[in-house]
Amino acid sequence: MKGLKIVTVGAVLAFAASGAANAATLDDVKRKGFVQCGVSQGLPGFSNPDEKGNWAGIDVDVCRGMAAAIFGDAKKVKYTPLSAKERFTALQSGEVDVLPRNTTWTLVRDTALGLDFTTINFYDGQGFMVRKALGVKAATELDGASVCVQIGTTTELNLSDFFRANNISFKPVVFEKADEVVAAYDAGRCDVYTTDRSGLAAQRTKMKNPDEHLVLPEVISKEPLGPVVRHGDNNWGDIVRWTLYAMLEAEELGVDSKNVDKMKDSKNPNIRRLLGVEGEMGKNLGLPNDWAFNIVKQVGNYGESYERNVGPNTPIALARGVNKLWKDGGLMYPMPVR
Amino acid sequence: MAAEADIGQAPGKPPIWNDPRYRALFFQVVVLGGIIFFFVYITNNTLANLERQGIASGFGFLSRTAGFDISMHLIDWDEEMTYGRAFTVSVINTLLVSFLGIVFATLLGFVMGVARLSRNWLIAKLSAVYIETFRNIPLLLQIFFWYFGVLRNLPESVRESVNVFDLAFLNRRGLFVPSPQAEPAFWVVIVLFFGGIVASIFLARWAKQRQEATGQYFPVLSTSAGLILGVPILAFIVLGFPINWDVPELGRFNFSGGAELIPEFVALLLALSVYTASFIAEIVRAGILSVSHGQTEAAFALGLRPNWTLRLIIIPQALRVIIPPLTSQYLNLTKNSSLAAAIAYPDLILVFAGTVLMQTGQAVEVIAMAMAVYLTISLLISALMNWYNKKIALVER
Ligand SMILES: N[C@@H](CCC(=O)N[C@@H](CS)C(=O)NCC(=O)O)C(=O)O
Repeated sequence: MKGLKIVTVGAVLAFAASGAANAATLDDVKRKGFVQCGVSQGLPGFSNPDEKGNWAGIDVDVCRGMAAAIFGDAKKVKYTPLSAKERFTALQSGEVDVLPRNTTWTLVRDTALGLDFTTINFYDGQGFMVRKALGVKAATELDGASVCVQIGTTTELNLSDFFRANNISFKPVVFEKADEVVAAYDAGRCDVYTTDRSGLAAQRTKMKNPDEHLVLPEVISKEPLGPVVRHGDNNWGDIVRWTLYAMLEAEELGVDSKNVDKMKDSKNPNIRRLLGVEGEMGKNLGLPNDWAFNIVKQVGNYGESYERNVGPNTPIALARGVNKLWKDGGLMYPMPVR
Repeated sequence: MAAEADIGQAPGKPPIWNDPRYRALFFQVVVLGGIIFFFVYITNNTLANLERQGIASGFGFLSRTAGFDISMHLIDWDEEMTYGRAFTVSVINTLLVSFLGIVFATLLGFVMGVARLSRNWLIAKLSAVYIETFRNIPLLLQIFFWYFGVLRNLPESVRESVNVFDLAFLNRRGLFVPSPQAEPAFWVVIVLFFGGIVASIFLARWAKQRQEATGQYFPVLSTSAGLILGVPILAFIVLGFPINWDVPELGRFNFSGGAELIPEFVALLLALSVYTASFIAEIVRAGILSVSHGQTEAAFALGLRPNWTLRLIIIPQALRVIIPPLTSQYLNLTKNSSLAAAIAYPDLILVFAGTVLMQTGQAVEVIAMAMAVYLTISLLISALMNWYNKKIALVER
């Protein structure tokens, strides 16, 4: 055991160096002049580059919102595409400042990796996709099926749990990169493709014949997805958390990117506080007082971001469902800005 | 030694700091101390940093339940076994693909290397095209080529599988063949097989001694083949085929029973063998060319036939040139096998440095173990090849 620890020089150096990255991330970011944002390697609707290399998605909007809050300019973001396997190391080692990469909040990730989850920007659950031609109606019929899955995901774990709990067997085919999972499933290597249901909807748009496939009704897990930061820099965590809350609060208060200028004259004290007309909310976060105004103005409120990226009018076409605001019967419940 | 120390010294003992022996010892101790200090420092530093960042450490995770399945395992495996077991399973998978890769790459490489020197224009050119193509395309692309290229050409639906006499089936899920289950009487065959190997070794010794003493030649190769393969096969027939075949059966999604060869394994093995063989071919060619033509002429003058000349004169001398670079190719192949992760072959990197690392978050320990495994395999290959190299090296008298 001791002997092995001694062999670890390479990894060690990486970690030794990373010790420094722990301190005030906000100061670092201000000095650099941009937010270094860890995103997926291309998941439409969440974080995906368009033909011109501009990133878009609801995860990307977290980064843009943060840049708007910190610099007053949503464009001051640089993106690092990360596979599921690479993402936590990249964050731990300080390669990225924040990780909004459709990442599920779990106890182990929150406690054993030196990371902290901030809040949730999408409530999801794991599902199964199969070819319609197979004639499968329920996931419990999948005994003996080959299942394509990406490594380093909660998906991989839930999958085993589900089959074990239902006492049926399956053959995992585990890939490192999402594109290869999709390619292998599309090439007929597997009967089943499984990931978060939002991911299924998104990846389906990349397949040869999206209509040939269907998503089974079962949701086999809870997948609360949210941005992650390094453990120990609480102020930075606050900024991520409140960026999202500001977007949700704006939606709740009926403030959006189009009316935000007018809303500054609103009599509603909640709106005045949010937009920095009253109070010193920004200062408490270590940000300019118009932080939330800039977020809403440049990125929009949560509802706008949702509709633009994953809503019914996009190719992903996900109904808002549990991601509605609490007052509309959903789970999105921003903490009061006061 | 003692004489050396006296050179250029005035009579009498030199002061101890001027004595080269002590000086050398002193510097070695200093360097060693420095290295030890470096390792201790860096280890402590890491542990402290991990602790400060709240990252778990230690090797306790190896005995925790893994909870995931592995698509290919040569030893027993199920989800309820430990991470330690998953480590073993994945190491065996890495060893398997590396070992078979080395065997195939060597065979193909030797054939191609000799073919490139062939006097037959077509054979020489075909071999040259093969070598130049596969040597110059990145391995990862070749792996994808074999994987997706081959996959797409196989029948997609299980029901349309290529069917060989209802015994073997081929489709995009893999190759399904009957697996043998030995009956009790089968051990006779196994004993005869190993007995044949031992007997052949003695036979070879005896034949060599006899040839040196009397000059008489004995056909060792064919006799050994008969001993190792012929006798057990004969016994197998006489005993009435003491084996049961477990034939794969079609289920709803796939075949069950029998043995299964997953396409990931086949694609990786093909890619590694074909790629490495193109380098080995060049090494072999260089080795053969390094033996001067005079040797061949001398052999012919002595009346040796061409294939004897190749076997007795050229190959033994060429091998001395071939072995060292061949060793590096073997090492490369082993390390390249870690590209398996790209196409879902469950090797050490995918299963252990992948899934296990992600599940436990213990990057330092997991990567250290993975590094230790590759290091061990590499050192073993080197040691083996060095031993062989010494054995065949020119003995100077
Ligand atoms: N929410 C799950 C799964 C996240 C995940 O990585 N999903 C895949 C499958 S859709 C993905 O986004 N891959 C994109 C990529 O690797 O770039 C987790 O946090 O482990």
